[in-house]
Amino acid sequence: MRRWTPYWLALPAWLWLAIFLVVPIVAMASVSLTTGNLIDGFSQTFSVSNYSDAIAKYSTQFVRSLVYGGVATVIMLVLGYPVAYWIAFKAGHRKSMFLFLLLLPFFVSFVLRTISWGFLLADDGILFGTLKGWGVLPEDFHVLATTVAVIGGLVYNFLPFMILPIYVALERVDPRVIEASYDLYASRFSTFRRVVLPLSLPGVFAGVLMTFVPATADPINAQILGGTSNTMIGNIVQTEYMVNSNYPTASAISFTLMAVLLIGIFIYARALGTENVLEAAAR
Amino acid sequence: MPEDVPAIELDGVVKEYLAHGETVQAVKGVSLTIGEGEFFSLLGPSGCGKTTTMRMIAGFEEPTKGLVKLLGQDVTNVPPNKRDINMVFQSYALFPHMNVWENVAFGLRRKKVAEAEIKQRVGDILEIVDLTGREKRRPREMSGGQQQRVALARALVNRPRALLLDEPLGALDLKLRQQMQTELKRIQREVGITFVYVTHDQSEALTMSDRIAVMNDGLVEQLADPREIYERPASKFVAGFIGTSNLLSGTVDAVDGDLLVVRLGEQDRILVPGQAAAGDTVDLTVRPEKITISTEQPEAGLSLVKGTVGELTYLGTYNSYAVALADGTEITVFQQNAIDSSTTAERGDTVWLSWRPQHSYTLS
Repeated sequence: MRRWTPYWLALPAWLWLAIFLVVPIVAMASVSLTTGNLIDGFSQTFSVSNYSDAIAKYSTQFVRSLVYGGVATVIMLVLGYPVAYWIAFKAGHRKSMFLFLLLLPFFVSFVLRTISWGFLLADDGILFGTLKGWGVLPEDFHVLATTVAVIGGLVYNFLPFMILPIYVALERVDPRVIEASYDLYASRFSTFRRVVLPLSLPGVFAGVLMTFVPATADPINAQILGGTSNTMIGNIVQTEYMVNSNYPTASAISFTLMAVLLIGIFIYARALGTENVLEAAAR
Repeated sequence: MPEDVPAIELDGVVKEYLAHGETVQAVKGVSLTIGEGEFFSLLGPSGCGKTTTMRMIAGFEEPTKGLVKLLGQDVTNVPPNKRDINMVFQSYALFPHMNVWENVAFGLRRKKVAEAEIKQRVGDILEIVDLTGREKRRPREMSGGQQQRVALARALVNRPRALLLDEPLGALDLKLRQQMQTELKRIQREVGITFVYVTHDQSEALTMSDRIAVMNDGLVEQLADPREIYERPASKFVAGFIGTSNLLSGTVDAVDGDLLVVRLGEQDRILVPGQAAAGDTVDLTVRPEKITISTEQPEAGLSLVKGTVGELTYLGTYNSYAVALADGTEITVFQQNAIDSSTTAERGDTVWLSWRPQHSYTLS
């Protein structure tokens, strides 16, 4: 009887996953293979033309989303790694305070934070309006509704998800291993490259996954901070579903995105997998 | 290089820390020299400053005052990666992402030694530590004893001027620890490198060292070879820390040539070599295995005390008696189980304890 206890305890979670993850995915897959419209009704035709049509029509947005997500992830990595490093090794007893500060923005809703970024970046907003008034910036200077604003928003919103896993990985590095490296004639740079960086790679790996996937699929930043030429695939799904009530197309796009991301992650894991990178660093 | 240049020299080394706004002296002024090829131990309880002293030799800490010299050269402010000294860390600190070969080759690669020579030297050292054939293993796939030998090889392969070992056997079980002690001695003889060994385990220090510095409270209490440390402890602390000691306190009754006649109780008479005047109070020490226990009064010329047997413990190779003297002082006596395991006295018996005057020492 006792042996079964863990399974019974896990059951609610399994049920939750089955009902709220598996069922909707299956339902969505089925919807993506229907034809019709809201007025005449949809019928299950198992036609894959929804997919080919969607990819043909929205390839620009697909590619743009992957580029925005990728660029944002690289920027987050470059910005986030030093922060994680600093908190893990240099913050001393104030570590938990800095971690709390990092999470503080999450106490405000994601959408609200993005909207306030919109205010901040507005052409005549507090920041640029004032600077323009002083003549520091030219009158036609603008950031809002550009690629810069959207990628900036993505970086701002997802940065903590890059920092935290890297921090956790760095925190687990035994300081004596770092000392051993210095003791064995390694310079500071060499110690970082050969010891600290490789040992933190699992964190980098997790951080990239946790930021690239949601940033690529995110509709909010493009909607609030972007212009008509910055539309991302998340916005297309939203429009097709909410505005056009074109459920089959919306579902097909979602599935395509999911497939692209999964394949991308798989390639990333194989090519840059922790084991491989560790092997390379050991040399 | 002249013969008499010591491998390591500490000259009035002091290390202060700032802890909670207060200056704490971890090392309060240590001066010592360690000869080339010597097996030297820093022995003391935790917090005595031995680890800090070693970290200053390694270069991980800079002394607040004083000099650290390596082969006569001042290296006080030279960082660890520029010092020809390597260290075996407590719990080994092996690089978890590298296999045995890469771990051992790490130092040579940083020194840009030619790849062919690296191959040769890593192979040689792995043979010395008996790890040939395990080059591709990761540290986590190895036992504690094997990891220990990887750590040793990783340091020794660089042929350092001195090797520092920070409680390297602490994580091993007793059997393996004793095996590794012999192993370490053999390796040290084989490579001929100066070993500085930090430990709180007195038996480890006694077994392996050429000389031992016993540290307490940031200072060296005694620096001598193991025999002298054990037989002639220089202070109460050393006597108490190394092995089991009986500490006695009494009044000098008379001075008889080199010997002091010390009285504890009515029928007690202790003869001990030392310098004092009649009427002085002196502390003295005698080891439990130097004492003979008997039910009859022994011959004259020996130190003699009378007491009652309290606890009697059978310990395999010997029996341990706790004998209470009239004034309440308890003396421990070890009696070897040489012929049979029978005991001389039982609990509650009145016994005579005797020992040769030269087996006891007055303490400062």
